[in-house]
Amino acid sequence: MVSLLDIIGPVMVGPSSSHTAGACRLGLLGRGLVSGTPQSALLELHGSFARTGEGHGTDKALVAGLLGFRPDDERIRTALEIAEKDGLDYRFEKTTLSESVHPNTVRMTLERGDIKATLVGSSLGAGRVFVTEIDGYPVEVTGNFHTIALVAEDRKGSIARITGILAEHDINIATLRLTRKQKGGDAFMVIECDESPGDGVRDELRALNWVRWARRLDKVSGA
Amino acid sequence: MYRSLADAIRDAEAQGRSLAQIALARESEDQGRSIEDIRGSLRRALEVMRGAIGEGMTGDLHSASGLVGGDAAKLHNNAAGPLKDTPFRDILARALAVQEVNAAMGVIVAAPTAGGAGTLPAVLTGLAKAQSIPEEQLLDALATAGLIGAVIAERASLSGAEGGCQAETGAGAAMAAGAATEMLGGTPSQVGYAVALTMQGMLGLVCDPLGGLVELPCVFRNATGSAIALAGIEMALAGITFAIPADEVIDVMGEIGREMDVRYRETAGGGLAATPTGRRLAKERLYQIRRS
Repeated sequence: MVSLLDIIGPVMVGPSSSHTAGACRLGLLGRGLVSGTPQSALLELHGSFARTGEGHGTDKALVAGLLGFRPDDERIRTALEIAEKDGLDYRFEKTTLSESVHPNTVRMTLERGDIKATLVGSSLGAGRVFVTEIDGYPVEVTGNFHTIALVAEDRKGSIARITGILAEHDINIATLRLTRKQKGGDAFMVIECDESPGDGVRDELRALNWVRWARRLDKVSGA
Repeated sequence: MYRSLADAIRDAEAQGRSLAQIALARESEDQGRSIEDIRGSLRRALEVMRGAIGEGMTGDLHSASGLVGGDAAKLHNNAAGPLKDTPFRDILARALAVQEVNAAMGVIVAAPTAGGAGTLPAVLTGLAKAQSIPEEQLLDALATAGLIGAVIAERASLSGAEGGCQAETGAGAAMAAGAATEMLGGTPSQVGYAVALTMQGMLGLVCDPLGGLVELPCVFRNATGSAIALAGIEMALAGITFAIPADEVIDVMGEIGREMDVRYRETAGGGLAATPTGRRLAKERLYQIRRS
């Protein structure tokens, strides 16, 4: 459903809602996956991101998002210099992902401390974004909600336990998607929430001994 | 939000309300936000639009490629020219200003997109200044513009890569025309005619940016789009109608966009981008960005 404020917005640093605002939002989602500014980032650009990204400041906007800047932050212009000062070691490469992915797509490989994560995300236009893959698992994350991503042992009752914790904190679930590579293997869960879960909820989830990792991806767009 | 301008116009007329009121009520219902809260976001957007116009008029802005910049001030300060001291020229300069700020990685409001961000603020703030329109009415105009843009997004497209520049600057011009028509006292059905009259003048417009950058001709097209919007406003307010309803003009814009060769949809493979000079400039300037 189109919102009036999607049309009169977003407030953003130019020049392109796809190449700049959307790229910045993808960086912000990547930052959530490693719970802070990564120490190293490999950013592989596909399609139009690779062809005209440089002229549109896509490189600056992606790095700005990883640094935690929002799409209307004027520091996007100097994000590459700021990254060097802040110890974010970034590298860009051009790549060709599958033909089915959107023409404005990036694959990020991020590291922070002992956390390593990958994300494939696309910029769909007007600043809207869509994450299609996290750590090799297929996902559908829009950034329009506060999102929790977690990997847990595939065991009975795990969903009930997790949704129970969210309910105790008065958090309403908008969507929940569960995927696994094989029965009894790891289950990958993406939960989009109406309210922000906060670090407390994330840490409570992490404390479950059968949860391997849990990350919080803050809402980056939407009304 | 509405999928049809005709439905919104019918509701407005039945309830004796403006399209802005109809749009705000529907947005409030859809998003679960108060109308005051939505107006707050629109107020912030208006402040950013004004900031970009002010920054763009100073004249010392340039894009990284150096392809565009400084022309808003040139137009604004020109001592000659047949349109000197008219709101018309002021509006053209405002449109250039916002787009120059955009090309220079300044802060703008994507309305509907970044590439088509100049027309709506230029037309609305330029006419508001010329006619001393109060602030609250300008916020209403932004709501009406949002309604029109949402209908275009649902029925056709707002993306140059999908529908050519008719979907970006064309949509921006149609939104500006409809919103300004209401702001200046037009009825809901006159708003519909302003949208149809403006969009008919933008049909078929290709998206052909040099090097794929949102610079040339994008900056200038926002000014010419504003001129076409002013023509639509002037005709609609005079009571001129258009035989094809706005929704159908929007539908055909979407259809033309889908049929357009991919060269003419933001790929820099056709149009001005593919002229000998276009190719040479894009190559030189992209090289310059890489070295900077």
